[in-house]
Amino acid sequence: MAASIRIRAKLSDGITEVKALMRHPMETGQRKDSSGQTIPAHYITEVSATVGERVVMRSFWGAAVSQNPFLGFRFSGAKAGDAVEVKWLDNKGESGSGTAKIA
Amino acid sequence: MNSKRRGFLKMAVAGLGLAILPLRLLADFVRSEKAFGATAAEGAFAALGPMQDSADIILETPDIAENGAVVPVAATSNIPGTTRMYFVIEKNPNPLAAAFAIPEGTEAFVQTRVKVAQTSTIYAVVEAGGKLYRAGRETKVTLGGCGG
Repeated sequence: MAASIRIRAKLSDGITEVKALMRHPMETGQRKDSSGQTIPAHYITEVSATVGERVVMRSFWGAAVSQNPFLGFRFSGAKAGDAVEVKWLDNKGESGSGTAKIA
Repeated sequence: MNSKRRGFLKMAVAGLGLAILPLRLLADFVRSEKAFGATAAEGAFAALGPMQDSADIILETPDIAENGAVVPVAATSNIPGTTRMYFVIEKNPNPLAAAFAIPEGTEAFVQTRVKVAQTSTIYAVVEAGGKLYRAGRETKVTLGGCGG
């Protein structure tokens, strides 16, 4: 799941704005397929972002976050060229990550 | 002057507290199964703790969502010392949608997209200085976000 996140990180006036788009079904476990079978829940439970050792965002999610989730946030103290890494973990133990250089 | 010195001491202590607090709160930030598992908004709120309404939380949500499966939400907290932010969707089967820790140096701003099952108030809950605050706005949903 290497390319499961698209990340853009842009620096402006000392503030880095991160926009991350993850590829994930975010199944709630409440939908049924055409044969009436419940589609099992499959959703991201945890997303965090780091710059080097520094945690700049940590979050826990429920199944109500939309399919192919988007996360936007801002932080200060980084410089252009620094790498922002975003990682997710889901309820099946799968994980994904992506990195972007701050532009 | 004694009172000035007190003031300075207070500021110094507050500064120290602010520096240490975010790290401690980040370590303390764990998934609340009780809050995420709640099946009514009141249950989710109760699991988070007592809260008061605040005009210092700016919630950006659409008035009308044609597609409840993808509703953009953003919240900014102007409450000093904000360490956590939550989105709660009143009428969803599990109202708590997401919880965010705001470490020191990260702005009290988060933006995401959520499913909204039916016309509902969307709340942003903010924790700052150990207290909880809340703001809500209604989003009318034309097509639900959780149907099959």
